[in-house]
Amino acid sequence: MSKPLKQIHLAAHFPGVNNTTVWSDPKAGSHIEFSSFAHFARTAERAKFDFLFLAEGLRLREQGGKIYDLDVVGRPDTFTVLAALAAVTEHIGLTGTINSTFNEPYEVARQFASLDHLSGGRSAWNVVTSWDAFTGENFRRGGFLPQQERYSRAKEFLATANELFDSWHGDEIVADQETGTFLRDARAGSFVHTGQHFDIHGRFNVPRSLQGRPVIFQAGDSDEGREFAASNADAIFSRYTTLEAGQSFYRDVKHRLPKYGRSPDQLLILPAATFTLADTDAEAEELAKAVRRRQVSGATALKHLEFVWNRDLSAYDPDGPLPDIDPDVGDNHISKGRAQVRMYRDPLATAREWRELAAAHNWSIRDLVIETGNRQNFIGSAETIARTINEFVQADASDGFILVPHITPTGLDEFADKVVPLLQEQGVFRTDYEGPTLRDHLGLAHPDDRREERAAS
Amino acid sequence: MSSTHPSPLHLAVALDGTGWHPASWREPVARPRDLFTAAYWADLVAEAERGLLDFVTIEDGLGPQSSHFLDPDERTDQVRGRLDAVLIASRVAPLTRHIGLVPTVVSTHTEPFHISKAIATLDYVSTGRAGLRVQITARPDEAAHFGRRTVPRIQAYDSPDAQELVTDLFDEAADFVEAVRRLWDSWEDDAEIRDAATGRFIDRDKLHYIDFEGRHFNVKGPSITPRPPQGQPIVSALAHDSVPYRLVARAADIGYVTPHDADEARAIVARIRAGQDAAGRAGEPLHVFGDLLVLLDDDPAAATARRERLDALAGQPYTSDAPIFTGTPCQLADRLEEFQEAGLTGFRLRPAVAGHDLPAITRGLVPELQRRGAFRRAYEADTLRRLLGLSRPANRYAAATA
Repeated sequence: MSKPLKQIHLAAHFPGVNNTTVWSDPKAGSHIEFSSFAHFARTAERAKFDFLFLAEGLRLREQGGKIYDLDVVGRPDTFTVLAALAAVTEHIGLTGTINSTFNEPYEVARQFASLDHLSGGRSAWNVVTSWDAFTGENFRRGGFLPQQERYSRAKEFLATANELFDSWHGDEIVADQETGTFLRDARAGSFVHTGQHFDIHGRFNVPRSLQGRPVIFQAGDSDEGREFAASNADAIFSRYTTLEAGQSFYRDVKHRLPKYGRSPDQLLILPAATFTLADTDAEAEELAKAVRRRQVSGATALKHLEFVWNRDLSAYDPDGPLPDIDPDVGDNHISKGRAQVRMYRDPLATAREWRELAAAHNWSIRDLVIETGNRQNFIGSAETIARTINEFVQADASDGFILVPHITPTGLDEFADKVVPLLQEQGVFRTDYEGPTLRDHLGLAHPDDRREERAAS
Repeated sequence: MSSTHPSPLHLAVALDGTGWHPASWREPVARPRDLFTAAYWADLVAEAERGLLDFVTIEDGLGPQSSHFLDPDERTDQVRGRLDAVLIASRVAPLTRHIGLVPTVVSTHTEPFHISKAIATLDYVSTGRAGLRVQITARPDEAAHFGRRTVPRIQAYDSPDAQELVTDLFDEAADFVEAVRRLWDSWEDDAEIRDAATGRFIDRDKLHYIDFEGRHFNVKGPSITPRPPQGQPIVSALAHDSVPYRLVARAADIGYVTPHDADEARAIVARIRAGQDAAGRAGEPLHVFGDLLVLLDDDPAAATARRERLDALAGQPYTSDAPIFTGTPCQLADRLEEFQEAGLTGFRLRPAVAGHDLPAITRGLVPELQRRGAFRRAYEADTLRRLLGLSRPANRYAAATA
């Protein structure tokens, strides 16, 4: 008997500060106005997506000591937008990235529990970490955290938040107007946490929400990041988008679950993916090339090279050959607040490899950045994209995808109208929401059920 | 608007759970089981908007409510627990069109950077109707929820230690507001240029580091969120004494005060105006609102009886920092006009029972004030600042470079 078809999970990321978005496109709208977010969320909900996703930024990036001005800059506050989106949608999950470094557990747990109440059980938290003093300059704590402690604080932060979520069981509020009993338990919300990073106690003041606690997402590719996700998260974001790399990551992470007493279906693996959709595959290929050229201007290409060279390269011609000088391997001083910097751990090797590539293909600086940079993952007609997405999921390269359109806020419209119906016809994607909560969409058990299971076993 | 009234009064309501009386949740209209739903808050704010009120404030706190001012209690006969006020305001913003939304934020344990972008974003999602009410907390139990600092327990309010602590917390609140305000201005209004010719999305010369340095925190800036629609959302604070009056005079657009008669109102307004002069803000508009807790019924005896019934349910007479008004909407209108003549420019009413006294405000008091030509008959502006008669402020950084 053949294996039953896996159900695909789909989500949409409203791109924030980035060079994914082609802001110069005449169809591109505001990245700040609420109407943009409302349009995006309604489209994703019309398409029956599991959730929409917002990233976070806590300091504007800098290049050469100045605020980086070539990409989209500026975004609204994540919690505030998600709460407002709960008013204009009914089903779709609302996922926000919230940093565990420049926040405190009591406040973040309050905000997520509140969001879960106000959305009827649709909230999710992407727990991320930071350590850098650059971002810290905007916060009371400053740049206090040694890099090696970032996961240690994140783990304890999440554990503490879970203690707060669990400090109410869900049956304390009686609100009996006749007898005058509002609370069944005088100590509802009591907690004590003593640890390395947090030493707090008292009473949490938000009752248990519909989902018990928000769904937990995690991103991060290091060994520590994978362990953190395997032990704690409901879903992990990855960036592996070739079939083989995706399968390898998938196997690796799912194999880490049993040692935490968890089964493989308790952690979903959802890579971020871009797409270029057109009437035919050939048209889509042409469009994807045009999009890449618009994403990577000559000036953007030079700035991108500066991430690796760690030098001011403004004197170079982006349509000319790569710099013949070597990267400055000293402390990074050119580019600040940009996660991408960490992608190039050995700049000398990267520079050497890129020079060889450029020489072999006769690429200019701009050609090189376009060819080696972020690729469109799914390019083709609706049929091609639906087939490819399904192949990835059925082959266990992922459990679904978080789609990042290159036009906001309308970049998801065509996908919703053309690709989703094909996936639904194949029986691999829902035609309607089955339950009210994000846990229902993702097929995740309610934490209280798990608690009961553990108690029974 | 009637020409007989030189300056119409402004009216806000303060929303807190099922109402300000601790027994309010036991009234049949109270809906205590809905307190943690969006629908409950949407209904209250919609009612306030039907009454054409300037804005609602939403109470908040970083610990459970308590019948003691400085300590937690373990009572089970009163409402305990609440949702984050900024998120409630955001959740109802798309469902309303005119009314201002002013959540409470606690300056003692939160980050000015986070609060600044949250309120800026509330201003975006409400298209120009956001504000905040800044509040300190001197409660040791709330400090223990954060574990970053200890707040000594105040033994006697008039002791030098207590005065020093409260002064310090209010000075921090003033710093907090200053950092938040600078962050709102850290983007000039036209910083987003989308200049396809040069490939620049923003003009970075129109973004500014705020370089705030205070005793408790430093903030570099700029904000990640562009300047909000109102430029500067409304900043408000409740004040009962010299130290908080100074915060209002230095940093706020609206101060809420609690005089019990017209003479006291006149004296408080004079102190705040003097503080305003001392802070170099003499020419700037600064509203001074009177806070009143209200129980309203068409028959004054019914209001009194209701108060007695609620007090009996609570087991003790309810007392408040604000004067408690018990009577008819018409009598309340008289009182408000009397206070207005003493220099108050508006009022924030605290409904004793939200489900009863809020509709009594919107359907009883408001029509009465309209008959007297003292209150608007339609929303005349689409931002909170303009409703309050405040202009959109120039950007401090743009002014400096111009």
